[in-house]
Amino acid sequence: MGNKAKSNLAIKIILLAATFVIIQLLIFLDVINDYLQATMATICINIILAVSLNLITGFTGQFSLGHAGFMSIGAYTCALITLRNPTLPGFIIGVFAGAVMAALIGGIVGLPTLRLRGDYLAIATLGMSEIIRIVFLNLDSITNGAAGLQDIPQFTNWIWLFIFTTGTVLVISNFIKSSHGRACISVREDEIAAEAMGINSTRYKVIAFIIGSFFAGIAGALYASTFNFIDPKIFGFSKSIDVLVVVVLGGLGSISGSIIAAVLLGIITTYLQAFANIQMILYSVLLIIIMIFRPQGLMGSKEVSLSIFSKLGSIIKPKKGRA
Amino acid sequence: MALLSVNKLTKSFGGLTAVLNVNMEINQGELVGLIGPNGAGKTTVFNLITGMYEPTSGTITLDSNGIKKEIQGLKPYTICNIGLARTFQNIRLFKDLTVLDNVRIAMHKNVKYGLFSSFFHLPSHSREEALLTRKSLELLEILKLDHKKDELARNLPYGEQRHLEIARALATNPVLLLLDEPAAGMNPAETAQLTELISWIRKEFNLTILLIEHDMSLVMKICERIYVLDYGMVIAEGTPEEIKNNKRVIEAYLGEDMSNAGD
Repeated sequence: MGNKAKSNLAIKIILLAATFVIIQLLIFLDVINDYLQATMATICINIILAVSLNLITGFTGQFSLGHAGFMSIGAYTCALITLRNPTLPGFIIGVFAGAVMAALIGGIVGLPTLRLRGDYLAIATLGMSEIIRIVFLNLDSITNGAAGLQDIPQFTNWIWLFIFTTGTVLVISNFIKSSHGRACISVREDEIAAEAMGINSTRYKVIAFIIGSFFAGIAGALYASTFNFIDPKIFGFSKSIDVLVVVVLGGLGSISGSIIAAVLLGIITTYLQAFANIQMILYSVLLIIIMIFRPQGLMGSKEVSLSIFSKLGSIIKPKKGRA
Repeated sequence: MALLSVNKLTKSFGGLTAVLNVNMEINQGELVGLIGPNGAGKTTVFNLITGMYEPTSGTITLDSNGIKKEIQGLKPYTICNIGLARTFQNIRLFKDLTVLDNVRIAMHKNVKYGLFSSFFHLPSHSREEALLTRKSLELLEILKLDHKKDELARNLPYGEQRHLEIARALATNPVLLLLDEPAAGMNPAETAQLTELISWIRKEFNLTILLIEHDMSLVMKICERIYVLDYGMVIAEGTPEEIKNNKRVIEAYLGEDMSNAGD
């Protein structure tokens, strides 16, 4: 058991390092130009958003349509902090302050609304995210209203995106694989049975909601710092739907599914730029086709297995106390 | 002193009174049966005791290890954490999770590591997870499910699903176990096996058991005392022998066959 876990960890670290080095090299050689870098940033931010929403909707089973609201809290908090303090420490403080603010609001909103179920919860979270948007729209003196915040200092680059994306994925997948994570999953599976087994379902719904909001806040902060400009329109209802599409497409309850779907949709969107006029129609048709053939999402609730790599590893290395 | 005392318990749903003035006492270590015709209110009594419903009136007192506590109206998870575990009449497993995870979830209340440790899989997480998994496997072994630990609960045959429900209830480390029709849908051979299993876990885990059952062979064989419920009221209470010969019980529910039922 222990050996297997260790070799899996080693494989993960090697894969991550390889991805990082290769992309860094491609950027250095200018194979990945500025335009592709922007696409990559969008993909990373979408991964963070999708994985964190998956924790709420896929693993804990709470249908939320308000993820863009928490994203906007992170974005505005980080933008306002870096505008006043345009230094690297200011940026890092901004990202975490944004995440903490989003988590705080997530907790305050989650406590009353998570008593609702299914469609009622979806409507309540949707309303809540609209309220957040309208507050930003009308706080002219701080947020500059509909005109938005411009010239936000750009600190986010590929390295920061990589760090925050892998950090998010690791923390959330670790959480899922803990007893607390299993408690969340049991609430999704059968709330009545979970309560009869000693699990405080409201508590775990709120915990999942707070963790999800925290990382949505990080995604928002990275967005503000990557694209230099935010306004309330960006964080409307359709942004929440975009995230939900990634989660459903990848598979509810599959973290690797969310990552694959975010990358895939990022690439598809890039190539569809060539057909500017019918871009959205093609995108929608593609989604419909995928949903017809894979209604459970690309990955269902399964994860990508590392067993191929451990088999490779055992061929290369002499067998030594295999678990 | 009784481990569980139910005092004048009443539950009405609108105009319908499902349970009326029920008094029950269950002593430490006893195995008590709760029987009655369909719709008599047996499961409602269970749901009241385990906190799924809030009683209209009456009290439920649990006296475990000298600590006396009124539990009526508490949340199900609080009641479970005090030491009451249950199974369900219509099996409610976590169907899309593995057999092992079903049991591990029920052990969650023993977990001491915090959220922070779960985010970063700190040593406290790994240590307690290993312990948790070992204890769960021990339980599965007792119920002869250890070879199926990685199967999804939904793929188990019916009888094994019932066993898994018992394993999951035991995983919460209860003092009082409530079994809601554990033999429902089982054939006579499986029922006989279950009967043995129940007496065995009772000794092994030092449990007090309250069970609802339609299968008279099981009830008459293992229960020390029986409560009979009809139209939400207790109409008789006593040993299997007394219940068999109780006129009111025979009239209200068991009919003429009762004298042969114990065989």
